[in-house]
Amino acid sequence: MSLLEVDGLTKSFGGLSAIESLAFNVAEGQIHSIIGPNGAGKTTLFNMISGLYSPSAGRIRYSGRDVTGAAPHMLAAAGISRTFQNLQVFFNMSAIENVMVGRHLHENRNLFATLVRLPAIARGNAEARERAADLMSYVGLGAYVRVDPGSMPYGALKRLEIARALAAQPRLLLLDEPAAGLNPRETGEIDQLIQKVKDSGVTVVLVEHDMKLVMNISDRILVLNYGRKLAEGDSDEVRRNPEVVAAYLGAGS
Amino acid sequence: MRRLSQARTGGLLSLVIVIVLLPLALDNIYHYDIVIRIGINAIVCVGLNLFIGYAGQISLGHAGFFALGAYGSAILTGHYSWPAWFALPASAAAVGMIAFVVARPILRLKGHYLAMGTLGMGIIVFIVITQEVALTGGPDGMPVPPLTIAGTEIYSETTWYWIIATVLVATVWLALNIVDSPIGRALRAIHGSEPASSVMGINVARYKAMVFVISAVIASVAGSLFTHYSGFITPSEAGFLHSVELVTMVVLGGMASTFGAVVGAGLLTALPQLLATLRDYEMLVFGAVLMGTMIFMPHGLVPTIAAMFQRWRRK
Ligand SMILES: Nc1ncnc2c1ncn2[C@@H]1O[C@H](COP(=O)(O)OP(=O)(O)O)[C@@H](O)[C@H]1O
Ligand SMILES: [Mg+2]
Repeated sequence: MSLLEVDGLTKSFGGLSAIESLAFNVAEGQIHSIIGPNGAGKTTLFNMISGLYSPSAGRIRYSGRDVTGAAPHMLAAAGISRTFQNLQVFFNMSAIENVMVGRHLHENRNLFATLVRLPAIARGNAEARERAADLMSYVGLGAYVRVDPGSMPYGALKRLEIARALAAQPRLLLLDEPAAGLNPRETGEIDQLIQKVKDSGVTVVLVEHDMKLVMNISDRILVLNYGRKLAEGDSDEVRRNPEVVAAYLGAGS
Repeated sequence: MRRLSQARTGGLLSLVIVIVLLPLALDNIYHYDIVIRIGINAIVCVGLNLFIGYAGQISLGHAGFFALGAYGSAILTGHYSWPAWFALPASAAAVGMIAFVVARPILRLKGHYLAMGTLGMGIIVFIVITQEVALTGGPDGMPVPPLTIAGTEIYSETTWYWIIATVLVATVWLALNIVDSPIGRALRAIHGSEPASSVMGINVARYKAMVFVISAVIASVAGSLFTHYSGFITPSEAGFLHSVELVTMVVLGGMASTFGAVVGAGLLTALPQLLATLRDYEMLVFGAVLMGTMIFMPHGLVPTIAAMFQRWRRK
């Protein structure tokens, strides 16, 4: 069954179409990768799926529901979470608090309970902190629990965003270049982490330039070029596709 | 975790101790008057800091909410003979409603535009108060009946001291409760990154409106208390300069520091009063303090000192 269905999706900025009449489906429980050169429209696509941009045309269906143009917080409540290519870490909060924010939708947000500080609030804080610490260990950030994000290395911040996104307990996780700027060892760890996330039942849509990583873990790959679908299939099909080889993989492999 | 909750209760306890001991150092009415004014400003600043320091927004119009509360109480008690203790919550509720209505359009603005938008809002309040001569006395202001407790009119500075102290402690307690909660984390997240907040499920517009309304209601309550305390109110309370004073207090004390807001209000209320020569140059002093803080101590007094203390303790 398809968890995510995209049909005729278009996003134009002024005269330029960043995404043009794009259609594809993401099956539940899979790792679905999206590759393509810089400027192909991958991040723009994520911004539409997560509600930050509203499409110029086309539809997005999630879990059988039309969610085209829905607000980001509504989509988050429906189970869509994501990380950002350009880090969007809360640098004014500690690392663990960043992850605690990811639990927002599962927390007690009643204003009255908060103002008079019902015991449920203090209990909820402790629970959120505990779960966030667990998640930080899960993504390999156990050493950074008490640290300010400002003093964390780039690779750790990328994982911090993954932990924050996972804290929301999503059904669909969008990862925008999680391995960018990482060394091969760190990339290997991200590889394992994404596998682990998939095994826990979360559907993953992965945008990534590291071909070894993509070919290794993807169930299905969508190749974008100038906002349009160039090819789609499993890693072997994509690797053999002459258009993909010519337009994108050409030089390297 | 434990350290955090200790900082909460520890800070609140320190504030109570200072408030209880302070009268020992106050030996005349004039001193009491300064401290009461500090308390009133501190109440406004603690609320304003939720909006500016925690949620990362800016308002150059909060004096407008203060004045609306002040005039609401003044008019309801003066013209309509309402008991002050009914006029205060009624004014606060009305101000909350006004803030809620302007929140959606105005809080869509960011940075400079938000500053201009809130500035405009404050100016509108000022103009309305100045123009409605029949109700407000216009530019000359209006006298205000005193507060009464159990039928007794309150004029004594010491009684006022305890009234303001109680409201300040309650406000600080409420602010600390908000900060250390999922709502407080949502506010700080909005400060950190709006896109990331919204994809984490935070309804950004709703939380901005919520904290705007809360800070406006707190300003209104402080305004109501001020109006009865001073017994006379003029439109200058709604003025741009008053809004700038409030923001300067928040910035000097420390953004995203509830106790910083109290300290900032204390310093900048007391300084011009104590150094009599400074009084003619009050706005000059505020401007210099604002510039100096932004350049040399962008996190403000209390967070900077707290960080120094922590570094020192680690050694
Ligand atoms: N907010 C925006 N305003 C204008 N143009 C944009 C915006 N976001 C993306 N673009 C343009 O859309 C195209 C696709 O960008 P992007 O989605 O970031 O590509 P990718 O993530 O595949 O590198 C680029 O030409 C980019 O300049
Ligand atoms: Mg991109």
